Amino acid sequence: MTDNSSIAFVMKEAKEAMPAPITTTGPLAWTRENLFSSPLNTALTILSLIFLAWMVPGLVQWAFVDAVWVAGSIDECRQLSSEGACWAVITARFDQFMFGFYPEDLRWRPILAFVLLCVALLPVLWDAVPARKQLFAFSAVYPLVAFVLLWGDGWVFQSVSSSDFGGFLLTIIIGVTGISFSLPLGILLALGRNSNMPFIKIICVTFIEFIRGVPLITLLFVASTLLNYFLPPGTSFDLILRVLIMVTLFASAYMAEVIRGGLAALNKGQYEAADALGLTYWQSMYLIVLPQALKISIPGIVNTFIGLFKDTTLVSVIGLLDPLGIIQPILADSTWNGLVVELYVFVGLFFFAFCFAMSRYSMYLERKLSTGDRH
Amino acid sequence: MSEANAADILADRSKMQVSDTEVAIDIIGMNKWFGDFHVLRDINLRVMKGERIVVCGPSGSGKSTMIRCINRLEEHQKGKIIVDGIELTNDLKRIDEIRREVGMCFQHFNLFPHLTILENCTLAPIWVRKMPKKQAEEVAMHYLERVKIPEQAHKYPGQLSGGQQQRVAIARSLCMNPKIMLFDEPTSALDPEMIKEVLDVMVGLAEEGMTMLCVTHEMGFARKVANRVIFMDQGQIVEQNEPEAFFTNPQHERTQLFLSQILHH
Ligand SMILES: Nc1ncnc2c1ncn2[C@@H]1O[C@H](COP(=O)(O)OP(=O)(O)O)[C@@H](O)[C@H]1O
Ligand SMILES: [Mg+2]
Repeated sequence: MTDNSSIAFVMKEAKEAMPAPITTTGPLAWTRENLFSSPLNTALTILSLIFLAWMVPGLVQWAFVDAVWVAGSIDECRQLSSEGACWAVITARFDQFMFGFYPEDLRWRPILAFVLLCVALLPVLWDAVPARKQLFAFSAVYPLVAFVLLWGDGWVFQSVSSSDFGGFLLTIIIGVTGISFSLPLGILLALGRNSNMPFIKIICVTFIEFIRGVPLITLLFVASTLLNYFLPPGTSFDLILRVLIMVTLFASAYMAEVIRGGLAALNKGQYEAADALGLTYWQSMYLIVLPQALKISIPGIVNTFIGLFKDTTLVSVIGLLDPLGIIQPILADSTWNGLVVELYVFVGLFFFAFCFAMSRYSMYLERKLSTGDRH
Repeated sequence: MSEANAADILADRSKMQVSDTEVAIDIIGMNKWFGDFHVLRDINLRVMKGERIVVCGPSGSGKSTMIRCINRLEEHQKGKIIVDGIELTNDLKRIDEIRREVGMCFQHFNLFPHLTILENCTLAPIWVRKMPKKQAEEVAMHYLERVKIPEQAHKYPGQLSGGQQQRVAIARSLCMNPKIMLFDEPTSALDPEMIKEVLDVMVGLAEEGMTMLCVTHEMGFARKVANRVIFMDQGQIVEQNEPEAFFTNPQHERTQLFLSQILHH
């Protein structure tokens, strides 16, 4: 036996936990850690501050301080303020931006449809809403309600022609329809692509690859012109409806690939456990696989939604009057000739508000879903 | 695996009744290939009701594949498998019927991470057995108490230790009231101090007369509980015997080699 007293050690008393040093918590620590943690970081912080100081005052001056809000023409605008933004064009054409050429006396209908849309979305987006089940029932019938309100049934509600639709009304119709139908369709396509039935698999793969390989504009042109050759003569197939179908199909192909990624990320053991318990294919998809795969795919799904929403502006090339389509005649109009920035900034801000909201919501959802089963 | 564990396991063999007429699982001349690879070669195994069988063998010998064939997680290509009187074919109805009667626990637990412990346990009874939710929850709580973690019912799997998760997995299977339980290395992903809590639950099951087919290298468990130990190598059943004889007097040289490797490491 050798004397090993030099390496032997026995703990004599337990050490108490102590509060963290002040310098590691609080706002001061945050600033130091995030803005001035290294020379490079400090330099970037200072550069950013200089850039902001250079940009922001001029922008505020142009957009707010010197801006003209009400005027009859561009000349009037320039007389009131030669430097500022001329928002008067937006105020003057506001109704067109919102509704296109939807009959003026019927505009309460799209407004009501929009309010009801918010109600229908409540139970979908927020799981703590009171009476969620009843609200879901409303969400299910909402498409029909919206259709009758917007297009009319020619009976109680006077009919409105599709060619009168325009502006943000059109954007929201296409965006919301595309979003709500492309998700379920994308799920089915993704499951089909993973199916072990060869026939179903081939159909899904072909569809997805074809749609992804063709630009949306091409599909829209097909919708607006080519389809006429295939339809029996005399049938009128509403242009907006055709566009809705094309946009939905287009987004669903992308959605399918996003969801396929989520499915692939799932552990094989989850499928096996579901099988071993005797769940049927659809039960295990609905109860086990999709809740997890969709959660993983949220960023990609919302990304696709945002892309779809912005792609709705492409319908202006086939003659539909979405906000960009509304801008064209204004640009050509001599009353407002020369205003470009204001119009595009306004439309841009509108899209930004919607897309940013979607993005924030997806972050909220991710955070909420990840607290439950944190590892 | 260690002898210390073996000594800890107390089992009352007197209650473990084995039927000599009722067959739980009958595997007859079963063969399976993965592509060109002949993974299971002419497997013959008859498991009587109430039998506890431990399957051991080197890694890659086909143990998992064999027991996964019993509930059709893997498909066999030749021979017959008859579970509880129902022959496994491509008929989905029969497969579902068999899966309802056969519970399975995996090496990596495979709990559903997005559901609470209670929801994990009530899912199959509600959707497969069409049990009312209330009743399913009572059943689930009963089994969670049996595996000694009722207080975890409202947590998520990710918040539990490995041993606790495996016990939940066992409870989840039991909630379907299965006639047969399959275990595929239930303790090999666990830290040493958690192995015993899982083995205790399994011993409890054995004492209640559950028919069990268990892939494990916990030789202490095999000694105390099993009435047969099966040794597999290269896709074949090489040797089977009662545990005492199997461990003290292995016949085949591969069994001897295997046992010497796992017992004297
Ligand atoms: N899905 C599969 N495809 C191809 N080969 C497989 C598959 N699963 C297992 N194998 C192979 O089959 C053999 C037996 O595997 P397995 O039953 O898991 O062995 P054990 O459980 O005894 O370690 C191994 O050689 C393994 O590589
Ligand atoms: Mg294995």
